[in-house]
Amino acid sequence: MSTLAAARVVAAREIRVKLRDRTFLFSTVFFLFIAVASTVLPAVLDGGPSSVAVADQATAGVLQQAGLEVRQVADDAAAEQLVRSGDVDAAVVAGPTVLAMDDSPGEVVRALSTEPPVRLLDPSDVDPFLQFAVPFAIAFVFFFTSFLFGVQIAQSVTEEKQTRIVEILVASVPTRALLAGKVTALTLLAFGQVALIAIVAVVGARFAGVDANVLSLLEPTIGWFLVFFVFGFVMLATLWAGVGALSARQEDISGASAPVQMLVMIPFFATIFLIDNDAAMRVLSYIPFSAPVAMPVRLFISDVAAWEPVVSLLILAATAVALLAVGARIYEGSLLRTNGRTSLATAWKSKAA
Amino acid sequence: MTGFVGANGAGKTTTMRIILGVLAADSGEVRWQGERLSREVRQRFGYMPEERGLYPKMTVSEQIVYLGRLHGLTRAAATEKTAKLLDRLGLGERAGEKLEKLSLGNQQRAQVAAALVHDPEMLVLDEPFSGLDPLAVDVVVDVLRERATNGVPVLFSSHQLELVERLCDDLVIIAGGTIRAAGDRSRLRTTYAQPRFQLHADAGVEWVRERPGVTVVELDGTRAVIDLADGADDQELLRAALDRGPVRSFGPVTPSLAEIFREVIR
Repeated sequence: MSTLAAARVVAAREIRVKLRDRTFLFSTVFFLFIAVASTVLPAVLDGGPSSVAVADQATAGVLQQAGLEVRQVADDAAAEQLVRSGDVDAAVVAGPTVLAMDDSPGEVVRALSTEPPVRLLDPSDVDPFLQFAVPFAIAFVFFFTSFLFGVQIAQSVTEEKQTRIVEILVASVPTRALLAGKVTALTLLAFGQVALIAIVAVVGARFAGVDANVLSLLEPTIGWFLVFFVFGFVMLATLWAGVGALSARQEDISGASAPVQMLVMIPFFATIFLIDNDAAMRVLSYIPFSAPVAMPVRLFISDVAAWEPVVSLLILAATAVALLAVGARIYEGSLLRTNGRTSLATAWKSKAA
Repeated sequence: MTGFVGANGAGKTTTMRIILGVLAADSGEVRWQGERLSREVRQRFGYMPEERGLYPKMTVSEQIVYLGRLHGLTRAAATEKTAKLLDRLGLGERAGEKLEKLSLGNQQRAQVAAALVHDPEMLVLDEPFSGLDPLAVDVVVDVLRERATNGVPVLFSSHQLELVERLCDDLVIIAGGTIRAAGDRSRLRTTYAQPRFQLHADAGVEWVRERPGVTVVELDGTRAVIDLADGADDQELLRAALDRGPVRSFGPVTPSLAEIFREVIR
């Protein structure tokens, strides 16, 4: 049997086991829930235009033009009554004075006032909330998914070591097939989960009636993110497998995986904190460890030349290939050392059969 | 069937791991039917490592099927062979249970199934009987004999020398990482054990000490166990005993494997 065929059998088992795993199912459902909630709920909760009661004909016309829902009433007393009873959000009475219960109705005030003209020198198509929420969501999804699935790769490797089945496995198929099968399976699952979240987010955004301008930014951002995600995940996947192989028991994983955890965590926080710093983001979007988050974020919040994500992706891919080799070597060098934790140096030097 | 015996730390497990490609050899090579052992051929071997282990959370049959597939079986073939084998090993009813739910003895049987599922061309078993209850030993011995009869060479290591003696036609004795003796069991016996006799005579046997070519192993009044040097005539000795009085018994002693073992690694 070829290495490829063996890797496929290994991957099929990993996927079957994971699909039955409660933690995996729960995390998928949880992420989907968040995605739905954050895209659809704001639109649902936002109850449409404010309603306003008014007696004066001319004022009614102005308010109507501003897109408010106007209730024509007989006199100011009736208007006030409607506000008190909660039938309308606000009323405009003689003065003109705006009445409302406990919250100044900005929309109504704006409709009645003359605002000075504003000229934005660097206009953004995206409202400030999205400008914060989308990058955060991207960073969050990448961080959690690559972390959770990375740890699962390590655990599944350690499990085989701890239960000693690894010797049977290594005696039947090449070590590379084991590693490739595991990494492929977990990458597929992680990508599947992220893609599902992305689809739900985009469909949810469309359903919620998000501005077409925002969608035209959001969709390429998410598209690039998915591509970056795969490379970013694969880049670290064999390292996760490597640290799994270094640990003899599940309890050792967190210690052994600390360096890899840093590789996931530092870029996450760097992107979140430096998001307003253009120069820093530009650098981060080319560093392979932060590129999967920083580049899509830059695509969303600022103008990025068409070649930039391509170059960044090439750097990422090259790093991934190099780290695959590193991870594979650590994995093969430590897989059969079942007595206690293997040091990185020992794993690196030892040569498997 | 070939028994592989040696003291603890003699290198049995290391040798088996090298055969299966789990460890790299520092020097030398593994040959199979005259050819250097390739991965393809090795994949048709069956292996039971000394350190037992299967997936605790998978069902018994699921993991045997999986291991069968890793050895190149199709899903259908692996499923069929697994069901047959588990029945044969008396695990048929537990096939759908998670491994961790089984008793240690039954987990051992599952381990045997894992080594046999793909109908290997060669079996390498490291201490296959340790941890098995006597009943399970019989079942496993039957299964292994059956395979051996069908022409599958079985190499197994064991500390239970009586078991090795009962099962094996050939022996390999290893000490300090080198093979001290190998070959047919009865030939090893004649090679490594000097002809040994036991004599029981009413008149006492103290006199045998004086005879040339005789080494006394044990002597107790009327009984003696002795080794005869090459060329010494056993019938000569018997006549000498009869001259002194009635002889109750006189005959060769078959050395046990344990004795051969001690002799070889000395």
